[in-house]
Amino acid sequence: MRERPLSPHLSIYRFRYSLTSSIANRFTGGVASVAFVAFALWLAAAAGNASAFERLHATFSHAGGRVVLALVIVAFIYHTLAGIRHLIWDTGRALERAQSQSSAWLLFAATVMVSAVVLYAVFFRAAGAS
Amino acid sequence: VTLRSPLGRVLGLGAAGHGVHDWWRQRVTSIALVPLGVWLLIALSSLSSFDRATVVAWIGSGWTPVLLAIFLIVAAQHSQLGLRVIIEDYVHHPALKTAMLLFVNFTHVLFAAAGLFAVLKLAVGAPP
Repeated sequence: MRERPLSPHLSIYRFRYSLTSSIANRFTGGVASVAFVAFALWLAAAAGNASAFERLHATFSHAGGRVVLALVIVAFIYHTLAGIRHLIWDTGRALERAQSQSSAWLLFAATVMVSAVVLYAVFFRAAGAS
Repeated sequence: VTLRSPLGRVLGLGAAGHGVHDWWRQRVTSIALVPLGVWLLIALSSLSSFDRATVVAWIGSGWTPVLLAIFLIVAAQHSQLGLRVIIEDYVHHPALKTAMLLFVNFTHVLFAAAGLFAVLKLAVGAPP
């Protein structure tokens, strides 16, 4: 069968920074799904054998592991805040172009601020001491 | 003129509003995950350390196991629904799509169950 013609796709849209907030919500959701598996494994290791927990602990105490953990935390915070934005949209509010663009900026700014507080608490107060 | 098929008219079932079921479930789980996620971030970041003894004591104490169990169940549903939409949007090969959807479903059940079992074990059993 001949290839059917497709309707104009993503390529016809002009890039707007509010597009980034949408695709980032999807991407951070995917990251959070992987983190969910890791979190369940962490809980299972805490209840299971000590060596598995020690291995996980060592992995995430490493510099590389800390960077990954920090990025996961930022992704989780972003996804939560972006989710709140979506819930507001679902009520039919703040859907105008100008509003969605300013809420995208608000979302990025709030992510940076909340992340700074949480990352400080996790790495310089709690795990920094261990 | 009706676009309904003769079979559809005989059965008389209609859509019954089920089309939005998963969309709605995604919203309900996301509303629940806002307070649960905030609680989890605060609880984890106020742990004095992440060594095993501290973590085990935290999981078994007070309301923590209850909230952790709810978080695991709700987050598994939300995550599964979200990944399903992503797969449905980007994977067009029918067999591969079905295989991936099944894999995602089963994986979420597996890890939610593993997490729940661990939490229950630490909440009701003697600490190891």
